[in-house]
Amino acid sequence: MAMAWVWTLMAVFSVVCGAASGRMPAVAEAALEGAAAAVELCVALAGSLCLWMGLMELLERCGLAGKLAHLLRPLLRQLLPRAAQEEETLSALSANMSANLLGLGNAATPMGIRAARRMAASCGGTASDELCRLVVLNTASIQLLPTTVASVRAACGSAAPFDILGAVWTSSLLSVTAGLLAARLLQAIWRH
Amino acid sequence: MDFSSYIVPVLLSGTALYALVKQVDVYDALISGAGEGLGTLARILPSLVALLSAVYMLRASGAMELLASLLAPVMTRLGIPPETVPLLLIRPISGSGALAVGSELITQHGPDSYIGRVAAVMLGSTETTFYTIAVYFGAAGIRRTRYTIPAALTADLAGFFFASLTVRLFFGG
Repeated sequence: MAMAWVWTLMAVFSVVCGAASGRMPAVAEAALEGAAAAVELCVALAGSLCLWMGLMELLERCGLAGKLAHLLRPLLRQLLPRAAQEEETLSALSANMSANLLGLGNAATPMGIRAARRMAASCGGTASDELCRLVVLNTASIQLLPTTVASVRAACGSAAPFDILGAVWTSSLLSVTAGLLAARLLQAIWRH
Repeated sequence: MDFSSYIVPVLLSGTALYALVKQVDVYDALISGAGEGLGTLARILPSLVALLSAVYMLRASGAMELLASLLAPVMTRLGIPPETVPLLLIRPISGSGALAVGSELITQHGPDSYIGRVAAVMLGSTETTFYTIAVYFGAAGIRRTRYTIPAALTADLAGFFFASLTVRLFFGG
């Protein structure tokens, strides 16, 4: 439902602004132009997006994704010590994190949900500190290869679509850290 | 010579070689993944049509500039380019909306411009926060989310701030 409000607000706001600035003819034209641009964008994205999805499938089938998941276990034991005591929860958590790192949103969510369900079993409708932390980890995207964004840049004729890699890693690492720090601080003041 | 130009070819050939050694049918994996990619595209196309149409209307009406100029004093103080304000507003709510606004910024300013790069890094280093929270807590049957939303939004804001900062540091701006 949120998007219904967002979209309606966007449309109404542009009509109001367009009327006030006398640019209504341009607004009328833009509505159709935007719709056409969406199709163009999808066509331009299609090739590289499909190639990346193919590579991700390969990473999963050959076991490299599983290896990455294994590497993440010590880190998860630090971040979510209680949940990590249970083997099944820990393996769902590490699969969730490795799928996130590889940009496999479709694979990450079911794994994350499985872990969240197990962690929520004992907290009676109120989020525990570790559940909050798990969701913060999932809302802060940490991707090794931001393939969608790189595909958009390539479609727009970028000279080196992946030259933003260092900036993406640095800023996502710092943003996750900020989120976890905020959670840690709020944990102390926020009672159940 | 940019080292990042090695990433794609080396990743493709390296993974293929490793998978071949592991006796995985490389070609079958590639094409079935690519097929899934088409499904993803088909799912995002309808929302992109709706959203880009609204985004283009907003831009043509002058609303984008108005919004940017209203928030410009705060944004410039944080070092975030005011042009990215629409992206900041939609990012936590809708993934395809953010993709629409971000692609528009990248197209309009150029992929290798400061703003184009900042928009790309913002897209790459943040998530659709509210959607993720709704999915996880909905599935886990959590009704009281406590401090999850403020903490997650802190991460988003930090992501926007550091996206602008790192692009300036890495590329000059």
